[in-house]
Amino acid sequence: MTLFGHRPPVTAWIGLAIVAISLIIAVLGPWVAPYGQSQSVGDTWATPSAQMLLGADQIGRDMLTRLIYGARMTIGIAAATTLLSFFIGISLGFTAAVMGVWVDMALSRLVDVILSIPQLILALIILGVFGSSIPVLIVTIAVLDSTRVFRLSRALGMNLAVLEFVEAARMRGEGLWWIISREILPNAAAPLISEFGLRFCFNFLFVAALSFLGIGVQPPYADWGGMVRENAAAINFGLFAPLYPAFAIATLTVGVNLVVDWLLSIDARPSGSQAEM
Amino acid sequence: MLRLIATRAGLGVLTLLAVSVLIFICTQILPGDVASAVLGQQATPDALKVFRAELGLDQPAYVRYFGWLFGVLHGDFGKSLTNQRVIIEELLPRFENTLFLAGYSAIIAVPIAVGLGIISAIYEGRVADRVANILTLIAISVPEFFVGYILIIIFAINLAWFPSLATVFPGMGVGERFYVATLPALTLTMVVTAHMLRMTRNSVLSIMSTPYIEMAFLKGLSRSRVVSRHALPNAAGPIVSVVALNLAYLVVGVVVVENVFVYPGVGQYMVDAVSKRDVPVIQACGLIFAAVFVTLNTLADIVAILVNPRLRRRRPRKA
Repeated sequence: MTLFGHRPPVTAWIGLAIVAISLIIAVLGPWVAPYGQSQSVGDTWATPSAQMLLGADQIGRDMLTRLIYGARMTIGIAAATTLLSFFIGISLGFTAAVMGVWVDMALSRLVDVILSIPQLILALIILGVFGSSIPVLIVTIAVLDSTRVFRLSRALGMNLAVLEFVEAARMRGEGLWWIISREILPNAAAPLISEFGLRFCFNFLFVAALSFLGIGVQPPYADWGGMVRENAAAINFGLFAPLYPAFAIATLTVGVNLVVDWLLSIDARPSGSQAEM
Repeated sequence: MLRLIATRAGLGVLTLLAVSVLIFICTQILPGDVASAVLGQQATPDALKVFRAELGLDQPAYVRYFGWLFGVLHGDFGKSLTNQRVIIEELLPRFENTLFLAGYSAIIAVPIAVGLGIISAIYEGRVADRVANILTLIAISVPEFFVGYILIIIFAINLAWFPSLATVFPGMGVGERFYVATLPALTLTMVVTAHMLRMTRNSVLSIMSTPYIEMAFLKGLSRSRVVSRHALPNAAGPIVSVVALNLAYLVVGVVVVENVFVYPGVGQYMVDAVSKRDVPVIQACGLIFAAVFVTLNTLADIVAILVNPRLRRRRPRKA
């Protein structure tokens, strides 16, 4: 089978299937979930049964239902974050490439400083000061993540900004926005798309980790990282409760990575070595 | 070369200063100040005024910044807002614990990752390399806590070899400390090894695609000889950078892993402070993590300069 004129390998199909199923579940959430997301229907950590396919969580809510609602929350936040991060990163990155040395210097040095410490640490500091709510979470991660998008789009923009067609657009007096959106963006689209997948994975894991630490999405909302945290005590009784949401996180990340690997391999120019994984 | 190293070290110090400004801006100058956050509902205008004066918030930002920086340089991080304890006394033993855990993982991870990375570069494209590729991709993709809980299920619950909680206390014997910290260290190892292995493999392979390596093959040398005699000496610099970079990554991984195993380190301390919004503690922990991270990155660059044979000889700088 071919897709957009390419023939994806088996691994890519697996990845595509995982991503597609997760997205469908996230969108259809409330219509396919057997129970309500905060409805207590069984005993604490009830074992899986015909009524509750994956058993119940720490206060007797259906695990499968929580997972379905969690997909909505976790994937939704990660997607919103990545979109915002790309919007900020691409606009600033191309601006830095087109506008000239001073703007570029100022933005690049700021990005250098932000990237010189771990993003998790910076996120902890900001969330500690502002307190955690979903909008704060999205904006914080997006701003931190946009630094990487900035670097990529700046590099891409730098290469494109010196080409003849950009020069021509400048000559006929097009504005900054036209040059960025009509001349540079279409030509930088391919690497940016595979980067989008990678950044999504990263943000998705980031949100999950923060929620796991108890400073991301707050209860009663179902969210995969938070569910691992809530059910963590079950592990000491040899129960698998925290592993279901953790497994869901792992599966989706592997899935997206498989797709991105394939996208990258389309992009990569044929070369003698396999140096690029 | 000395000048190069001095420049890099100076740049490291400059970065640290910039980072301290960044942390200070994040915690102090942004809207919604600490006083109203701590007092919450009891924030009457009078109480706010008194409390602000007590915290020194009535002074201009740059005075507070230099006051804070001066204190930090003398080991004075101030007092915790929630329990009024002196932060440095709480921080030091936890910092030792964290370093212990990170060091323990590094000792296991570095030889395995570098060794396997080189081996999979030698056997590039063969079965062993492909298996390593898939396994490391999975290890990178899954969150640290997932690995942690899997290890707990296997080794703490089913086999009962190790405890599931890594409780460490002062006065504990060294052997026991190692025993208790094994599962958290293994968790960190698995995540870091995967990263390190892939990056080692890549840096060896990127050298393998250069013309002089092709020449070596054309002379009829065996693949293992080309790798060990021609590629490795030139790959040493990148590999050392990879190792240092991943040790810096360990510092971040530690935050999550400490929380999985309830290990009393700086990561747990910081997350605790974040959920209580204890700003001075958050600042202190943030700065410690940042300092370790920046120091390791600077060291990585310096070592890379030291092992790069081309930088040892004095020569005019190329652009």
